Amino acid sequence: MAKMFGEKALELIRELHRSSEGTLPPYNDDTLRQVLEEMRALYEENQKDVGATVAGEQGLFAGVQFRHASLERNKRCLLAYLYNRIQRIRTMRWEFGIALPKDIKENLSEQEVLWFNKYSKGLGDYMKSIGDAGLDLTQDMQPPKSLYIEVRCLVDVGEFETEDGTIILLKKNSQHFLRRSQCEHLIRQGIMEHIV
Amino acid sequence: MADENEHEEYDSDEEVEMTAADVLLKLEEAWLNEKFAPELLESKSDLVECMLEQIQQMEENLTRCKKGDFRIIIHRMELDRIKYIITSYLRIRLSKIEKFVHHNLEKELNREDSESSKLSNEEFVYAKQYADNLESHLKSVAIKHMPPNLQNFDKDKTAPRPNLESYIFLKVTEDQEGVMVEEETDEHENEIINLEKGAQHIMRYKPISKLVENGSVSLI
Repeated sequence: MAKMFGEKALELIRELHRSSEGTLPPYNDDTLRQVLEEMRALYEENQKDVGATVAGEQGLFAGVQFRHASLERNKRCLLAYLYNRIQRIRTMRWEFGIALPKDIKENLSEQEVLWFNKYSKGLGDYMKSIGDAGLDLTQDMQPPKSLYIEVRCLVDVGEFETEDGTIILLKKNSQHFLRRSQCEHLIRQGIMEHIV
Repeated sequence: MADENEHEEYDSDEEVEMTAADVLLKLEEAWLNEKFAPELLESKSDLVECMLEQIQQMEENLTRCKKGDFRIIIHRMELDRIKYIITSYLRIRLSKIEKFVHHNLEKELNREDSESSKLSNEEFVYAKQYADNLESHLKSVAIKHMPPNLQNFDKDKTAPRPNLESYIFLKVTEDQEGVMVEEETDEHENEIINLEKGAQHIMRYKPISKLVENGSVSLI
């Protein structure tokens, strides 16, 4: 049981702080609810005290102030927790594309998945509106060092048609010498790896 | 570079002829400025669009070339490099727009008609929907469930704002006299310096932000 107000909220912050950049711990709905519950309880206590003060009782103001400060702190922690999770989820759109890997998606709450989909859509709309034909900003994320690169296929994909029409068979462990721009998204998805 | 593909391009605002090489140079400068400036700079979408058209032209030319021509490889590398600069430029802008979304939207709504917008039309639409998405998420997940007196979501107080006091490196492209670096306070007088063309300095961003805007210094 929490010994001081705001302890549970701090737990949420610590959880995020401890996890390494780029990972996302599971959405801690339980603790979040507990913080909201604490806020409700604090608020009700304050309502009582305010009512009593209006009725003439003295000496309650310090308590009201103190509870209000705890309420504000809880609010700040909750918003920080949610906002920082959103930032990490945003990074994942750029790293993984529209489809999140299953084990990551499990750690998102329903509303976070909703946010992610809306973010993806907004980003997609923006990218389509660039220039005449749109521009995929999730490509060309690194400065190009060479035109062609050696890649090894990690899974069986089947036939793949390159830009100039040649058809390549992508089998597990097969190696190819392909245009960097064509392989980029396959490498990011983990289907191929770049052989240095 | 693209010697065979240089051709005249009209900058629609000023009726000045710019070659493709000029546009690329200006785009590179805009890209570096955007990368090192703490706040969102003016949108150079005309440069971006012009360069994208150039790329399309060059790609068409290349498909018509004899296959196996050595120069194709060189040109394709160049195209890849240019595409990288363009996408990097737009990505940097997007991340600043997202990070300071409320600040940027506020500035846009409050600006005078005479000032130009920092956001392109498409970026403005993007910023608005990003802000709405974020706000509705925070409200529906947390704020809605909080006690009534805490339900106000005061964006002015909580929004992150760019740190204009951060230090940046700059290179002077045009002589500047009388740049006020520190304002007069009780402790010290106005610090005014002259910037010589070609000199490099490190200083706070805020005093020179206007100079970045008009091109008399560039960030490095």
